[in-house]
Amino acid sequence: MFNSGDTAWVLISAALVLFMTPGLAFFYGGMVRARHVLGMLMQNIFAMGIISVLWSAIGYSLAFGGNNSIIGDASHLFLSGLTDDGSIPTMAFVAFQMMFAVITPALITGATADRLRFGSYALFIAIWSVVVYAPVARWVWNADGWIYTMGSLDFAGGAAIHINAGVAALAVVMVIGPRKGHGVEPMPPHNLPFTVLGTGILWFGWIGFNAGSALAANGIAAQAVVNTHLAAAAGMLTWLLIERVKTGHATTLGAASGAVAGLVAVTPCAGFIGDASPLIIGAIAGALCYLSLGLKGRLKVDDSLDVIAVHLVGGLVGTVLLGFFADTSVNADGFDGMFFGGGGELLKDQIVAAVAVMAFSFTVTWLIAQAIQRTIGLRVSEGDELTGLDQSVHAESAYQA
Amino acid sequence: MKIVTAVVKPFRLDDVKQALKDAGVTGMTVTEVRGFGRQGGHTETYRGAEYKIDFVPKVRVEIVTDDADADRVVDAIVAAAATGKIGDGKVWVTPVERLVRIRTGDEGTSAV
Repeated sequence: MFNSGDTAWVLISAALVLFMTPGLAFFYGGMVRARHVLGMLMQNIFAMGIISVLWSAIGYSLAFGGNNSIIGDASHLFLSGLTDDGSIPTMAFVAFQMMFAVITPALITGATADRLRFGSYALFIAIWSVVVYAPVARWVWNADGWIYTMGSLDFAGGAAIHINAGVAALAVVMVIGPRKGHGVEPMPPHNLPFTVLGTGILWFGWIGFNAGSALAANGIAAQAVVNTHLAAAAGMLTWLLIERVKTGHATTLGAASGAVAGLVAVTPCAGFIGDASPLIIGAIAGALCYLSLGLKGRLKVDDSLDVIAVHLVGGLVGTVLLGFFADTSVNADGFDGMFFGGGGELLKDQIVAAVAVMAFSFTVTWLIAQAIQRTIGLRVSEGDELTGLDQSVHAESAYQA
Repeated sequence: MKIVTAVVKPFRLDDVKQALKDAGVTGMTVTEVRGFGRQGGHTETYRGAEYKIDFVPKVRVEIVTDDADADRVVDAIVAAAATGKIGDGKVWVTPVERLVRIRTGDEGTSAV
């Protein structure tokens, strides 16, 4: 017998998470140059098309079918053979998880901005979603997945989504190289109002992303709503504070970035922490993500819109800090972290999970990107890049002259 | 006939427009432009990285006038656009060889 409250909340959360992908499109779209904005919006909303189809056809089954600890099976191809055994219909869980599958590869587009061929991008995220995302979701969230059974916690996708997409972004930009003119000419954002708008949509949707992951309309969901919101707030404040001290200005892009950093970091923690922990985790994320902006320079990659600093570092911050801040008095299904009497066991499991996801995702993503690069090519021609993706790839203009 | 072209600070545009109307000017063309003079550009900061922005936003105002009115128009623009700070812009006057009002086909001074 389904619980109608639980079911309603998860269905609404699916809609909230769906809304995040166009939100991400505008968050990123505002940061690119005007002649590439449609290319960016297109790459994001296109994920809603291709990943949804693939997820229903094969991705869900690979992530949640069967009993294997590494990979699912073919038992739920095209969402067949689903059985209900919880307080919500399994189809509600499918819908909710589908929206996660959609947004995860879309996160990568911030790193590869302004230079991917559209067909190659489509092929890349299609393969990535099946070969990288589905197995990692299996490990982390399925009751038989090895990371789950090891005892690592990931409430809404710190490792499965943010570390996974963040390190994949690093792998792809290592393969494709920098934007033409990177480091020589300035490439400032063309429409920060879009970016702030996108941040608002992301923040709003993240309520469903994290609190929906309770898969019930209960106290843990309520705690996750508050944790999510507070971490975003704290992340914004520390980012702005450091920015103000270091550069002399508090910027709108900084406010947006700090909030997203806090949201990323609280994602794995949302239903496992309480009290002041979301404020501390959000604050640390805002600071560490800001201070990680220089990483792309050290790694000599053009991570165009800072996916590494925000999603990889933010995901790592949340995943590792959960080893300190997890509290079973908030959620009895979790474990206690070091600050709540749990010893180092959870911290160790969190680190193992983070390293495993990074190693797997980086390696496989690099291989996929190399394979496409060496066959049909991943990048547009130099001329097309200079013209801009909007005209050269999509035969459109965002802004009429 | 002359064309008076002025490049001014965008926030002075309303004052320039009013001054020109007060001086009897009946029409003008306004374009958003970017450029730099002695003012140079400015720096903007995005995620901690400083960018030098060379081209500063300005507004270009163009007015076609009778020869006799050109100096008065220039003076009105200069008075209205000046802030005394660097970057106030420039005004210049160029001869116009031929002028036609498209609706009526009127030519020359009667088309101003």
